[in-house]
Amino acid sequence: MIKIANISKWYGQFRVLTDCSTQITKGEVVVVCGPSGSGKSTLIKCVNGLEPFQQGDIIVNDISIGDPKTNLPQLRAHVGMVFQHFELFPHMTITQNLTIGQVKVLGRSKDEAHQRALQLLDRVGLNSQADKFPGQLSGGQQQRVAIARALAMDPICMLFDEPTSALDPEMINEVLDVMVGLANEGMTMMVVSHEMGFARKVANRVIFMDNGSIVEDAATEEFFGTPRSERAQLFLSKILSH
Amino acid sequence: MSFFTQFDFSVIAPSLPFLWEGLKFTAKLTLIAMAGGIFLGTLLALARLSSITPLAMVATWYVNLMRSIPLLMVILWFFLVIPIFTGKPMGAETSAIITFTAFEAAYFSEIMRAGIQSVPRGQVYAGQALGMTYWQTMSYVVLPQAFRNMLPILLTQTIILFQDTSLVYAIGAKDLLKAAEIAGKNYGRPIEMYVFVALVYFVICFALSYLVKHLQARTAIVR
Ligand SMILES: Nc1ncnc2c1ncn2[C@@H]1O[C@H](COP(=O)(O)OP(=O)(O)OP(=O)(O)O)[C@@H](O)[C@H]1O
Ligand SMILES: [Mg+2]
Repeated sequence: MIKIANISKWYGQFRVLTDCSTQITKGEVVVVCGPSGSGKSTLIKCVNGLEPFQQGDIIVNDISIGDPKTNLPQLRAHVGMVFQHFELFPHMTITQNLTIGQVKVLGRSKDEAHQRALQLLDRVGLNSQADKFPGQLSGGQQQRVAIARALAMDPICMLFDEPTSALDPEMINEVLDVMVGLANEGMTMMVVSHEMGFARKVANRVIFMDNGSIVEDAATEEFFGTPRSERAQLFLSKILSH
Repeated sequence: MSFFTQFDFSVIAPSLPFLWEGLKFTAKLTLIAMAGGIFLGTLLALARLSSITPLAMVATWYVNLMRSIPLLMVILWFFLVIPIFTGKPMGAETSAIITFTAFEAAYFSEIMRAGIQSVPRGQVYAGQALGMTYWQTMSYVVLPQAFRNMLPILLTQTIILFQDTSLVYAIGAKDLLKAAEIAGKNYGRPIEMYVFVALVYFVICFALSYLVKHLQARTAIVR
């Protein structure tokens, strides 16, 4: 489904990603963790071409992201993405947030899009908020709307960039519950997160990044059992101690 | 007492219909230059922010040029130069409308550029991640927010534009000021006329700035 092959990326002189490779097969859930600044966000943004890269290639659903001939908007329409700071459109109602992509990008009728939006709001438990604006919702509610917005496009896979790290602790679970539900339904997911409880519960694999490189890429039990690299061990001990 | 008795404001009432015609042109010029200026200014801002270097350079060059020439000179220049290119004479009113639209576009583009930059990068990512093209992301996500953030400043610029329209007087376009001059001559009472139109300019500007204050207070609450 997603194949990342020897990706390297520079910001000017600064090398953000060094020769990263991994694969995510259909239905797999992969959690990416690592210290701040290690390049997790950059890597996940490369997967749907939001950030360009200079070396290597990424293949999503048999389509090359690096190929300049690829119609990136068309590809992104089927790759859902959820951001750390939600990034709901503040000038639109919740329903409009969920229909705009369906109508303008997928070409669905307003009615059809509206139906789908309500169905998804129901799924994330927010149908009573349909006519509110994002600013009127709590962080946890906004992030659930953001997940629903991505799902409204009927994505083939979902990318999450630290979906719970901007949330107050008491709101983390309502978002994780939605994500666990998705994982259990067989959605292919790449999740940047430090929620190790979530990783243990649903991840097939855990990737540990440091300094722009993928240091560890292991099956979940293996990763939590005995991480091979010292950096990952240190990181885990810090994260799991609180 | 004698100072005031020298004035005769009774000439105002009979000139009102004539002044009204002048004010109508001033309003028309302001509104067209505002709408056209914001439209072209937005395109210029997008060009300046684009990654296509030649496009950004041309837009920057245009904006800087317009912003470093006095408006009065641009008005005179356009009036003299455009007929040379088009080969036919152009009325002062048409010339004024074209000039103001082109000139204000430079100022509005700076405002829209700041507005576009005030929209967080993540919003662009969110639009793109939904599969929106560049133009879709701009029209549905970025520009509506940029426009809303900049509304008070756009209106303030429009107030300045409204006052500046009086400069078309130089090429003989019949705006409010020109109408006052003509009426003042006809009745031999120029000072009374100028005092009156100054009052009109003042009242309109005052009302508009009140609106801006009101809007600022409102957007402050929403954000
Ligand atoms: N636009 C940019 N220009 C230059 N450097 C950047 C840019 N964006 C990110 N970086 C740098 O690239 C590195 C990786 O950033 P990235 O955001 O991918 O890290 P991260 O692992 O997601 O960190 P965090 O956990 O803090 O979100 C950091 O050192 C960051 O400073
Ligand atoms: Mg990050």
